[in-house]
Amino acid sequence: MGMTMTQKILAAHAGLVRVNAGQLIEAKLDLCMGNDITAPVAIEAFEALGVGGVFDRQKIALVPDHFTPNKDIASATQCQKMRQFAKDHHIEHYFEVGRMGIEHGLIPEKGLVVAGDVVIGADSHTCTFGAVGAFSTGVGSTDLGAAMATGKCWFKVPHAQQWILTGKPKPWVSGKDVMLHIIGRIGVEGARYQSMEFVGEGIAHLSMDDRFAMANMAIEAGAKNGIFPVDDRTIQYLEAQAQRLGTVYSADADAVYTAVHTLDLGEIPPTVAFPHLPDNTMSAQAASLKEIAIDQVVIGSCTNGRLEDLRVAAKLMAGKQVHSQVRAIVVPITQQVYLEAMAEGLLEVFIRAGAVVSTPTCGPCLGGHMGVLAKGERALSTTNRNFVGRMGHPESEVYLCSPAVAAVSAIAGKIVDPQDQWLASANQELGGAQYVCK
Amino acid sequence: MCVSENIDGKQWHDEAKGKVFKYGSNVDTDVIIPARYLNVSDARLLAAHCMEDIDGHFAGAVAPGDYIVAAHNFGCGSSREHAPRAILASGIRCVIACSFARIFYRNAINIGLPIIECPEAASAIAYGDVIGVDFETGEIYNYTQNTTYKGQGFPPFIQNMIAHGGLVEATKRTLAELAKGGTGHA
Repeated sequence: MGMTMTQKILAAHAGLVRVNAGQLIEAKLDLCMGNDITAPVAIEAFEALGVGGVFDRQKIALVPDHFTPNKDIASATQCQKMRQFAKDHHIEHYFEVGRMGIEHGLIPEKGLVVAGDVVIGADSHTCTFGAVGAFSTGVGSTDLGAAMATGKCWFKVPHAQQWILTGKPKPWVSGKDVMLHIIGRIGVEGARYQSMEFVGEGIAHLSMDDRFAMANMAIEAGAKNGIFPVDDRTIQYLEAQAQRLGTVYSADADAVYTAVHTLDLGEIPPTVAFPHLPDNTMSAQAASLKEIAIDQVVIGSCTNGRLEDLRVAAKLMAGKQVHSQVRAIVVPITQQVYLEAMAEGLLEVFIRAGAVVSTPTCGPCLGGHMGVLAKGERALSTTNRNFVGRMGHPESEVYLCSPAVAAVSAIAGKIVDPQDQWLASANQELGGAQYVCK
Repeated sequence: MCVSENIDGKQWHDEAKGKVFKYGSNVDTDVIIPARYLNVSDARLLAAHCMEDIDGHFAGAVAPGDYIVAAHNFGCGSSREHAPRAILASGIRCVIACSFARIFYRNAINIGLPIIECPEAASAIAYGDVIGVDFETGEIYNYTQNTTYKGQGFPPFIQNMIAHGGLVEATKRTLAELAKGGTGHA
């Protein structure tokens, strides 16, 4: 019986020839990560251990991204604690405001995660790095505290689901739509405790940004991690970003899966998740028939704040105006993406359209700051969670979607389908260019 | 020490008795402790807002030794350890659910919040019931309905970690053994 891709990576980091699903192992970590909400608690756990120093000052990343730039005195105090810890322990990868980004965009961009790595982060969306063929997963603060001391973490080796992706996505369909569709199909605990291993010729049609968005939302299906095979596109990305390429693993032909799903990417429509769970999905087409007026649109987050996301939103918003009843907030994922978006003129498109452009922050996604909802307000957002109260008042609503759906809906003032509203004219203007296939 | 006897003839310590706060499936960590309160990490401050977005009565009504019982996927969403910490600081003795989300499960173990997977109990127990839990056997007794359920125990590795007071204490022991030249494996 063979091993899955995830199992092979875990076995290698546990110093074992093979591992089996359900086995408890201790694995060496290539990186552990925390943010301004989770690191302060981790630092307390680390200090309770009474060790002199961290296991490796180059293998810890600390990113103040959630309530930053500091939204209030209490948040400032938490950031201060993390900053001081980074200073005291000479943490190499501490990223100050002005040089930071949302951690799940920043870490791959800085080349700190590569194929075959094992990474933990005290943030559930750490699973994002599966896009580069790494095993990465979210843990709690105590896990991070212990990991900063030992460089190791305990894991239960996961079972896996295989997702065979075929076909080519239609115009204006992105990795986000694919993942919302998948979550809608299997439910928010459909992959609980398991790996989601993506394979198939369809992956060639998914950009790195699509793959990051998909791996990012594996947690919304309850998964331990989501992981992509390493192909030419991955290698090209890693060569551009990182000093090392890592190790390429792939699943054995006789690996065992709890389920094998086949998905034709060409069949997936622009998709929207309704309140209050990410699996409450329907096509943007069906959603548009419900005439759902929106108060706020957010384009950004660790799921969809990347350059391609901003490009597609700008294409659809260029020369148009955000609806008078809508506040549109655009949040580039990192300072680098912010700069590139500026150089390409995307930020000007957003500002001229009447949107806010923010410095990188997780703020609005979790109802922290930079776009908190009042009672009864409704947001359409490219973020990842639409739980009760996620973006503000417990009686507010969040609908999840892709940047394309968010952009056209911001203009329309209600949820609309980009394929419906804009396909003909936009395709003509763009010479048939497609979002997903560059 | 008070003890009472149930239909099985088993003696239950009265201090294990607590009332139940019952919830449905997919109770996420955002409703357990909303992010708007995460600008602090003190568990006692967090406890004042625990469950606020789905049960405004919880923080005022919960007493030490009470229980949370829920259906599937309890603790899904954000990895925030503030969620199990807020529950623990609220005085909750144990969370019983049909199933737990992965990160919440490991966080609970790491910080020493007892949790039990028991679909039978989670389905039958109602809001306001008085129950007791025996951690050694995994048995759950419902005083209100006069019924007993058997929960699933932890695997030995995790039992060992809980017995040593969570991950911090377990790691301390491992580090101490390494310092003595041992293998570091208990």
